Amino acid sequence: MNRAIVRLFAVMMLLFVVLVAFTSRWTVFSATALQDNPLNKLQTYASWKVKRGKIIAEDGVVLAKSVPASGGIWNRKYPQGSLFAQTIGYSDEQQGSSAGMEQFFGQQLSGHKSALASVFGSFGGAAVGDDLYSTLDSKAQALARKLLDKPGACGPNPTPCTGAVVAIVPQTGAVRVMYSNPTYDDNDPNKYGRDSDCEPNPFDNGCLVNLALAGRFPPGSTFKLVTTAAALDSGKYTPDSTFSGDSPVTISGRPLQNDSNHSYGEVTLTQALTDSINTVYAPLGLSLGSNLMLEYMRRFGFYSTPPLQYPANEMSASGELDEQTQKLVKPPGPCTSYYNCVDLGRMSIGQDKLAVTPLQMAMVVATVADRGKLMEPRLATKVVDAEGQVVESFPPVEDDQVMKPKIAAELQAMMRDVVEEGTGQSANLEGYQIAGKTGTASTAVTKDGQPLDDAWFVGFPIHDPDIAVAVMLENIPEGYGGTYAAPIAAQMIKTLQAEDR
Amino acid sequence: MRARNRELFGLVPAALLLTAGFAAVFIQESGKLSNVSLVYGAVFLGLCLAGHIFIRITLPHADPYIFPLVAVLACFGLVMIYRIAGATEARQQAQWFVLGLFLFAGTVMFFRDYRKLENYRYLIVIGSIVFMVLPRVPGLESATQTQTYGAYLEIHVGSVTFQPTEFAKIGLVIFLASYLRDHRQALAEGRKIFGYRVPPLKHLGPVLLLWGVAMLILVFLHDIGSSLMFYGGLLSIVYVATQRVSFVVIGLVAFGVGAWYLGTHIPHIDSRVQAWLYPFKPSLYNAQSGSSYQIANGLFSQAQGGLFGQGFGQALLTVPGTHDAYVPLSDTDMIYAVITDELGLFGAAALLLIYLLLVARGFKAAMLARDSFSKLMATGLSAILAIQVFVIVGGVTRVIPFTGVTLPFVSYGGSSIMANFILVALLLLVSDRARRPTTT
Repeated sequence: MNRAIVRLFAVMMLLFVVLVAFTSRWTVFSATALQDNPLNKLQTYASWKVKRGKIIAEDGVVLAKSVPASGGIWNRKYPQGSLFAQTIGYSDEQQGSSAGMEQFFGQQLSGHKSALASVFGSFGGAAVGDDLYSTLDSKAQALARKLLDKPGACGPNPTPCTGAVVAIVPQTGAVRVMYSNPTYDDNDPNKYGRDSDCEPNPFDNGCLVNLALAGRFPPGSTFKLVTTAAALDSGKYTPDSTFSGDSPVTISGRPLQNDSNHSYGEVTLTQALTDSINTVYAPLGLSLGSNLMLEYMRRFGFYSTPPLQYPANEMSASGELDEQTQKLVKPPGPCTSYYNCVDLGRMSIGQDKLAVTPLQMAMVVATVADRGKLMEPRLATKVVDAEGQVVESFPPVEDDQVMKPKIAAELQAMMRDVVEEGTGQSANLEGYQIAGKTGTASTAVTKDGQPLDDAWFVGFPIHDPDIAVAVMLENIPEGYGGTYAAPIAAQMIKTLQAEDR
Repeated sequence: MRARNRELFGLVPAALLLTAGFAAVFIQESGKLSNVSLVYGAVFLGLCLAGHIFIRITLPHADPYIFPLVAVLACFGLVMIYRIAGATEARQQAQWFVLGLFLFAGTVMFFRDYRKLENYRYLIVIGSIVFMVLPRVPGLESATQTQTYGAYLEIHVGSVTFQPTEFAKIGLVIFLASYLRDHRQALAEGRKIFGYRVPPLKHLGPVLLLWGVAMLILVFLHDIGSSLMFYGGLLSIVYVATQRVSFVVIGLVAFGVGAWYLGTHIPHIDSRVQAWLYPFKPSLYNAQSGSSYQIANGLFSQAQGGLFGQGFGQALLTVPGTHDAYVPLSDTDMIYAVITDELGLFGAAALLLIYLLLVARGFKAAMLARDSFSKLMATGLSAILAIQVFVIVGGVTRVIPFTGVTLPFVSYGGSSIMANFILVALLLLVSDRARRPTTT
């Protein structure tokens, strides 16, 4: 019988070898596949136990923090709520969803970046994430919200403005203000599937979209800055070049008028910008041609997703937009249909199919303010770990020298004229030599036949250009940029500069 | 070195394991650090020492490695249970260990001449089968839950939960060893029909009975794992007794056919098979009943382990922020998944190696035994222990459908500890008799 016992033992050994083989299969050979299995929530559960780092405003105000909840997990709290929700976004570990800066800097905030450096970093990273220092300024952000929410700020209707305010430091690209209405409370993002919960109430648009980054609007006459930059920097024109300011002119076979069909006679380019004369700028754009216009648009950042520290799918690129395909069309366009044909003349005055984000216009004005140099916009400056060590920093990055510094100086002077004598006079605050450009783009007509406009103003203080502001207000009856957007931009500049002093 | 001194030295690894294990858990979960827990560890070691002294007096010639191997397993189990379920369950496990040692001592004292068990073999087999179906007797079913995850494996007497199958397996081994001692010759020879040796039907009867018992377990207890464990253990005895591979082949085919038929007709077994085949099917994973949640999460946990494991205390056992188990039954049926998660492939393989060594010593005792009954009983007990490990670890690692048998000496649970101590006592008794110097 002993031989049978030995054979039996061999069978048992074989069974145990099978067990070891299968254990190796799960622990080693198929481990990665198991970890990537969508049903495997272990990584998610581990992230619940991580205390995410804080997001801190430039003035030290905490924008996001984690507070302990029962069972060793953490809840994300946003002390500033809807004020920063559009920009900060949210992180809901339990739902596995996130947005905005919370998503873009998720690795840093959950400590993965520093855990990689550690040999002992077990899965799920460190138990404590790193803090993120932002460029955002909580006081100026609050002012932006106050100005947009003020009754009457956007026409006779006492409802708050729909729109966005973006303020950038031209020399560094630091975004100091990025506020848009409507917004939501990021402490409870799931509730905002319903529009009725948007803040302020009521709004009929989805409020999870950050209008400053993803909203695309016709820029109106603010786009004349791009046309002017192309005209001057290409050497084809000077601020003193003269044009006929008579109205109307025929562009692409259709008549184009100035505001109130006013004829200005012979004017210089400076005067044309000051009074925002369409009948000068449309032929000017045509004479510059598609290629030159496209070249300068690209230099300013049009036709590409902004180089911002933000999830790409939450931002829009600016340019001529085919409404049917929702894709951008480059001038002169394939022109196979009405929707993808570029009307270069009307594009040059900010009409046609131009669809531009408030951030893009802020980048344009910041470039002019920074002597023609475009800096990449930034939302964060550094990542600091729990011991106070800087783990990662984000220094200013130059994007492009869009125009020569001398040309930028000429354009600055022309923009100062706009505020001093032209359409932007309501931004002319005493003690602040503000330079800027207004924009008024007719967008829609109400049921009562009342035409609605998007009101724009972009500007900066010419004597000390350390801030550049873009304000966009949507759908205002007779919504002149000079009437509605310019005073808000001036207030923003005044406050941001007063803070620095 | 004399056998008993080797045994004493063999306890050193158990002591080290216990100390190191508890220390590791303390370091990981500093909140749990208390003198009381350290006392449990010390008491546990004291018990192992007491067991050794008892063997030294009563079984001086027994195999010196079996008891230390059991001690290592039990110490390892205690550390794991302490880490998984906390101090209260670890203390209870230690209490079961004490009771187990008493049963061990009782078995050794009472059955010093274990061959008298043969006189009661029919009583034992009937008792075992009755014992096994107890969970289906009205009134003894669990008060809170009539089935343990769909299988009927527990009875409740007062507040005590009891798993009769753990004890029944020993009774069936004793019966079959005794029966085959008498009839193995007839079974092995038989008459030749068409060139094939067929054993006389009257001798084959009890073997067929085994098949019936295995099917009974499937039908009544709904548990494919226990069934496989019994059947495999008993088939091992038949093979060693008759040395006929054909019995094993016929037996396995018969079992396969029966299990397939019943498996497809009993919903609970069918759902276990489905969860085994398709653990990652979302509809099965999220199903309310018959879900693959447990088996899939067990595999996910093992994937975290890698070669060396995440370390003691690192496995995730509950969904954070809730009391919901991520790996249900992590201290009993699924304990192997947690071990793999925390100690990795090497830790798990080491544990399997200890079991294999224990089984090897059991077979060694069988080989040294001088009479057929002792040989067959020791073979059966060792084989059933090995197959039990295979059934539960194979279930957790998806070799076979997952079923709820315990990992001997490691899983939390009184019945398992006590029954397996009786099993070890019988092995040591066989070994002591076999190695006793013959007096001329």
